[in-house]
Amino acid sequence: MSDLKQDTINYTVRLGDDALILGHRISEWVSNGPFLEEDIALGNVSLDFIGRARMFYTYAADLSGEGKTEDHFAYMRNEREFQNYLINELPRGDFAYTIARQLFVDTYNHYFLTALTKSSDENLAAIAAKAVKETKYHLRRSTDWTLRLGDGTEESHKRMQAGIDDVWGYTKELFEHDELEQRLIDAGIAVDATRFKDQWLADIAAVIKEATLEMPDGEWAVRGGREGYHTENLGHILTELQYLHRCYPNSEW
Amino acid sequence: MTAKDQTTDISALEGKFQQRIDAEQKIEPKDWMPEKYRKTLIRQISQHAHSEVIGMQPEGNWITRAPSLRRKAVLLAKVQDEAGHGLYLYSAAETLGVSRAELIEALQNGTAKYSSIFNYPTQTWGDIGAIGWLVDGAAICNQVSLQRTSYGPYSRGMIRICKEESFHQRQGYQIMMELAKGSPEQKAMAQDSLNRFYWPALMMFGPHDAESAHSSQNMEWKIKRETNDDLRQKFVDQTVPQIEYLGLEHPDKDLKWNEERGHYDFGELNWEEFIAVINGNGHCNRQRIQHHIRAHEEGAWVRDAQNAFEQKRKARKAQSAA
Ligand SMILES: [Fe+2]
Ligand SMILES: [Fe+2]
Ligand SMILES: [Fe+2]
Repeated sequence: MSDLKQDTINYTVRLGDDALILGHRISEWVSNGPFLEEDIALGNVSLDFIGRARMFYTYAADLSGEGKTEDHFAYMRNEREFQNYLINELPRGDFAYTIARQLFVDTYNHYFLTALTKSSDENLAAIAAKAVKETKYHLRRSTDWTLRLGDGTEESHKRMQAGIDDVWGYTKELFEHDELEQRLIDAGIAVDATRFKDQWLADIAAVIKEATLEMPDGEWAVRGGREGYHTENLGHILTELQYLHRCYPNSEW
Repeated sequence: MTAKDQTTDISALEGKFQQRIDAEQKIEPKDWMPEKYRKTLIRQISQHAHSEVIGMQPEGNWITRAPSLRRKAVLLAKVQDEAGHGLYLYSAAETLGVSRAELIEALQNGTAKYSSIFNYPTQTWGDIGAIGWLVDGAAICNQVSLQRTSYGPYSRGMIRICKEESFHQRQGYQIMMELAKGSPEQKAMAQDSLNRFYWPALMMFGPHDAESAHSSQNMEWKIKRETNDDLRQKFVDQTVPQIEYLGLEHPDKDLKWNEERGHYDFGELNWEEFIAVINGNGHCNRQRIQHHIRAHEEGAWVRDAQNAFEQKRKARKAQSAA
């Protein structure tokens, strides 16, 4: 296998990991939302991310051959092998915390996926083309909710500010890349997120301002997702997500 | 108007109402209807709505643990459908002059009921198959007959909901098929889930006709179109070949084809257990309601924020218009 192909597989799996782990977290909202319409909407968003994970994993499986399937990547890898960004594995938190994470991630995905539609890898470009449409809807939702909560009641304002402050430090690594990604950026396959960092920041700042909230303190940053250096949360997610599949190895479901 | 006039007035209205029902005309929200008809419908529709919503919990219990990504996505979509059914039915109930907030309050304080099937725990993945196949299957039997119910919004709701329920049943049966033709452990899982959910599914049709408190008036008003026992028989009959096809053992040892009736005879249900579960002795009664209350209370500040924001927005709009 060529190095570029192996790099592409790894990159695609990373994108699958981001989508799966966040989809898992959002799915925890089902039957726990603030009202029934939100249960449905959060279920929708979760389904989009899980669907996205399936597309990335399936493509990675096709590229790797060896009879792998999407489920291999989701169910048969361990904590140190998952390479999702840490922001995706943070707990569900309260509704404001969830919205803060979504605001950051959805804004990021809007730029990221738009750029990925131009990837020289046609398959990645095609997945991005589908996903970017869903992200438009996600972003509208997370923006609207940030405004409502920020400019709602005293309590919601406080909670929304806390959510933004608590998630902030996990956004930094979204704009960094390692050598593997640099090689793929050079080959026109991967997205260079540093290129839209300023736009992302400006968008976030605008929403936060309109929501009568404060921009968080910019100094702290937690990183490590792409190296498999995770928070304690991921192990528990995988314990739950993988338990049944691993209990009955080589079974069809 | 004298009291006597009023009575004749009402009985005239009632006569006309019954005529319309007999002529298979749908009753619409703005039409006159007997107070008891309205009350009965509110009780039945809201109970149905609550069942959809509470039913999200036992199935939601397996979303994060589904054994494959495909099954995870299908289950998540199913639970979401059930939430949609709940919404739809709450709206149908609201056309009868009751608010969703009142209905939820009644669920939470125990005056309104939900289907007791959801007081049973989903212990294994097989239970997700059994619920889709048997519980949604039993619900469909009931709901297909309710497509012809006399109240327009309810009838239309049922038509729409039934389409999705048949998907759910098929998906549940697919889970059972995979398990039944899988490893010995998987097959045992399927058998165990069938054994646990078969009888409670039969009880979803309610007590025997002879013991059913509401049956005859509801049949006359065409709120109900078929009796509990008839629906149950239909379900028993249709389930037999499905169990055979899976190669599983039928949980009912008394089951026997009755040539004369053209139906299966089946064993007596354990009503004592059924009533015990309804009365709070199920594994999950308290858990289900407490979960609902907790989520509702945790969401209070979100709903408040939404209202406050809406108020501010309106005020701003009014000010800029002035
Ligand atoms: Fe339903
Ligand atoms: Fe239903
Ligand atoms: Fe259903």
